[in-house]
Amino acid sequence: MNYEVVIGLEVHVELATASKIFCGCTTAFGGAPNTHCCPVCTGMPGTLPVLNRKVVEFTIAAGLATDCNITRNCKFDRKNYFYPDLPKAYQVSQLYFPICRDGDVEIETDGVKKKVHIHEIHMEEDAGKLIHDPWEDTTLVDYNRCGVPLIEIVSDPDMRSANEVMAYLQALKARLEYLGVSDCKMQEGSMRADINLSVRPMGATELGTRTEMKNMNSFKAIGRAIEFEAKRQIELLEDSKKVTQQTRRWDDNKGVSMAMRSKENAQDYRYFPEPDLTPIYISQEWIDEILAAQPEMPKAKRARYISELGLPEYDTDIITGSKHLADLFEKTTVLTGQPKEVSNWIMGEMMKLLNENEKQPEDIDFSPENFAKLIQLVEKGTINRNTAKKVFAEVFLQNINPEQYVKDKGLQMISDEGAVRSTIEKVLADNPQSVSDFQAGKQKAFGFLVGQAMKELRGKADPAMINALIKELLQ
Amino acid sequence: MQITDEIITYVAALARLELSESEEKQTKKDLGDIISYINMLDELDTTGIEPMSHTFDIKNVFREDIVVPSADRDLLLSNAALKSEECFKVPKTVE
Amino acid sequence: MNLRDLTALQLAQKLQKREVGVVEVTADLLGAIKGAKNLNIAVTVCEKEALAQAEQVQKRLDAGEIHSPLAGVPMAVKDNICTRDINTTCGSKMLENFKPPYNATVMNKLCEADTILCAKMNMDEFAMGSTTETSYFGQVKNPWNTNHVPGGSSGGSAATVAARAAYFTLGSDTGGSIRQPASFCGVTGIKPTYGRVSRYGLIAYASSLDQIGPIARTAEDAAAVLDIISGYDRADSTSLNQPAGGFLAALKGDIKGLKVGIPREYFAQGLDEEVKASVLAAAKQLESMGAQVEEFSLPMTKYAIPTYYIIASAEASSNLSRYDGIKYGYRHEKPEDLIDLYLKSRSEGFGREVKRRIMLGAFALSSGYYDAYYKKALQAKALIKKAFDDAFEKYDIILSPTAPTAALKLGESLDDPLKMYLGDIYTVSVNLAGLPALVAPCGFTQSGLPIGVQLIGKPLEEAALLNTAHAYQQATDFHKKAPLSVEVMK
Repeated sequence: MNYEVVIGLEVHVELATASKIFCGCTTAFGGAPNTHCCPVCTGMPGTLPVLNRKVVEFTIAAGLATDCNITRNCKFDRKNYFYPDLPKAYQVSQLYFPICRDGDVEIETDGVKKKVHIHEIHMEEDAGKLIHDPWEDTTLVDYNRCGVPLIEIVSDPDMRSANEVMAYLQALKARLEYLGVSDCKMQEGSMRADINLSVRPMGATELGTRTEMKNMNSFKAIGRAIEFEAKRQIELLEDSKKVTQQTRRWDDNKGVSMAMRSKENAQDYRYFPEPDLTPIYISQEWIDEILAAQPEMPKAKRARYISELGLPEYDTDIITGSKHLADLFEKTTVLTGQPKEVSNWIMGEMMKLLNENEKQPEDIDFSPENFAKLIQLVEKGTINRNTAKKVFAEVFLQNINPEQYVKDKGLQMISDEGAVRSTIEKVLADNPQSVSDFQAGKQKAFGFLVGQAMKELRGKADPAMINALIKELLQ
Repeated sequence: MQITDEIITYVAALARLELSESEEKQTKKDLGDIISYINMLDELDTTGIEPMSHTFDIKNVFREDIVVPSADRDLLLSNAALKSEECFKVPKTVE
Repeated sequence: MNLRDLTALQLAQKLQKREVGVVEVTADLLGAIKGAKNLNIAVTVCEKEALAQAEQVQKRLDAGEIHSPLAGVPMAVKDNICTRDINTTCGSKMLENFKPPYNATVMNKLCEADTILCAKMNMDEFAMGSTTETSYFGQVKNPWNTNHVPGGSSGGSAATVAARAAYFTLGSDTGGSIRQPASFCGVTGIKPTYGRVSRYGLIAYASSLDQIGPIARTAEDAAAVLDIISGYDRADSTSLNQPAGGFLAALKGDIKGLKVGIPREYFAQGLDEEVKASVLAAAKQLESMGAQVEEFSLPMTKYAIPTYYIIASAEASSNLSRYDGIKYGYRHEKPEDLIDLYLKSRSEGFGREVKRRIMLGAFALSSGYYDAYYKKALQAKALIKKAFDDAFEKYDIILSPTAPTAALKLGESLDDPLKMYLGDIYTVSVNLAGLPALVAPCGFTQSGLPIGVQLIGKPLEEAALLNTAHAYQQATDFHKKAPLSVEVMK
């Protein structure tokens, strides 16, 4: 029997506000435990929340960028449950009137386009962190993360494969990065995806029982988790067993998902409107203001790169897929006036270096100025491409100033034709066999002579010049 | 509507309260009496009435996104019965 | 004249004129609090802090630096109001040793106005009760008759003022917890409009209903205190955008033309005859002073209690979930595991009435029952508010009894919770509608127990209530009477 995998996502995104959602503590990542806290975010008796306006603005921006309807009158609700990482024993969230509803994100996989429907986006506060202490077999509680603002983006179960899930997440991430509302770093936890997955026989219309998976810390882990869980559920059904609705924890080291004991029973959260916060009215003016401030989004950027800058579609897709790449590309292009050249460097050498060093575009920490300088050095003929690749690696890793670096290491190309000519004459004199081979018609010998000449010149010559001179001297 | 033993057990678990047998019996009776009384709300016609969660029509109370210094950690920990130098402590949580 | 017979404003004047010293007055009051031990009014007496503060205030008075109307006046506050580094227990074992590292906003204001905090007053546990018998620290006794309750949940705060052991106190009111004890203890108390006084630092019972308010021996004093504690607070999102003060200044004592409505539903069966007579006499008194008094029908009256208890218990069940022994408060010492920690800490830390209301509230919010109970109650609340809005089209003030009886005997209420809840019939709807309401003494029963009349006002119209009570108190002397035990103590 053929099965179809049906996937919906609940993506939690930490908003990049400076302060927390209900108090003025910093949202900065890291920090010694319990040093980014106050009586409000640790739920001390008598304390009260006050809403950070920027959280609402960022959320409206996210909703507009995903074509959602903005709920003009919304409010917060309390989600009540007991867990040590939740100091008030309730999380302030939105159930009855979420701020955004009914959006879409278009994705493309294997050349096929489709829209993933966003059911809703709502605001909520993050909980703290639990740290297991193996020495004393207790758990330590750190409330630094309590009160960091989150938006939860809930999709319909519209995805059918790991690829579609990746595409959806990439698209969401790009939009949110472009807006500047979150840095979307999965490894730091500022973007987390919970996967709701079920399977059903191909062609069936009813949804199967779904499980919810948590704790995937990278896009790759998400892919692995989906493959595993789909297989696990299919095997159960083929065995005439039932899939149990439960929450499962993904263990990337072991490559398996396991039922979470603490979440076995469906929780009764006793949601009710939060009395300590006032309702929110979002006027059309406010929406218009936020929309007007929206930066150029991936779709528009893509169209512009293709039509105005003449970049190929493939390159454009990659570069506009990340705000960091797009920013780097644009700033360097402004400095060099050479969009295709910049794009080639990014698509070629830089991608290679990112992969080799297991880094993501957001980890790029070299300046467009240095990048531009490198490109100009090649353009001016100061260094050849081979040298440039080596210098670029240094720019990438250490953000060196290429002009200074080339000077210090003496990497400039030898441009004096006379010097090149005399070196080539020497090479030809030292390799009479190759010369006669070439004159006998063996093209390979020519390459050998070029290589030898380059070696003598320690790589610091323009290959075109060498080629031309050798040809000339062998006439 | 009857307050049953099942309801008492369920609600106590929800509220993380452990009631003795006699407490359970008494609570069942008390809640039963109270709920019976409260059920008089059924006679009230509330069709079309918007549930009023907030009494006065105040909206959009915000603060600006400005960071203020956090509290001294020792002060925050000062009332905790069990703690480490940096954290609150609980029995091992099961994942 | 005995110092403690003075009102707060009178004392402040004497202090300004240097006729008496702050430290002397404070020490005297501390003595009175300790002397009233049999009433069990205080959970914590802050002797050291009070005397230290008194010295500071005296210095600044001497230097001519301060002129606030109540500067140097010693006072006390209900023990659910956070006081930095001073135990704030809510009358509960759960917070027996809780020392907040912050002050409630009202405490900062009282400190800036140079009043002197002397003690934290006993109360029903977590403000849940009508008799101050549910306190972990023992019941409070009514100074007028120590076999009777002082009312609740601000029983300690009200009894203290009646016993002349504080010039004024702060209480809190969620369903009548300032007004009913004020009535039972023969003192004046006011629950302000919801949002008039900041709730930051008030340990929450029911967030949409709680308000802090003053309890004093005169409406004038209550106005002076309200001047200090009221005003917009940006730390409380439900705080109304209104400036502090103006209440003392608005007292003119003239109530000619004031339109007073008396709801006939409040005078039906169940109301004690003596209480009825006293309250109606008060209405007559107002009439003789120029007010227009008229009976009218106030619908929704009988639905107020179920509506209140659902909403208050539901919010309380959520507000009290944070008490788990992990961050603060009572912690069971050797739990088997995490769940056991929660179960035991909470079950051992909370008393019977608190547990009962948590259970009721959790039930009303639980899956399958939310619509029938909580949602329904919110709809009823809207109708109750509308009933008052309609009434206030015709009347400036609504006059009513505060409670169906005078103070009940100790030990008679706790075993029949429903009966106890029904005693709140005149007070709870006021909290549901967010209105201000004041209680002033208007008579005594044959057996010498005080009776209080309740005046309910439009939102933000505390001035009208205070003015009416002030006028009434110029023409009567119920508020001047002191319990015999206090007379003897002097």
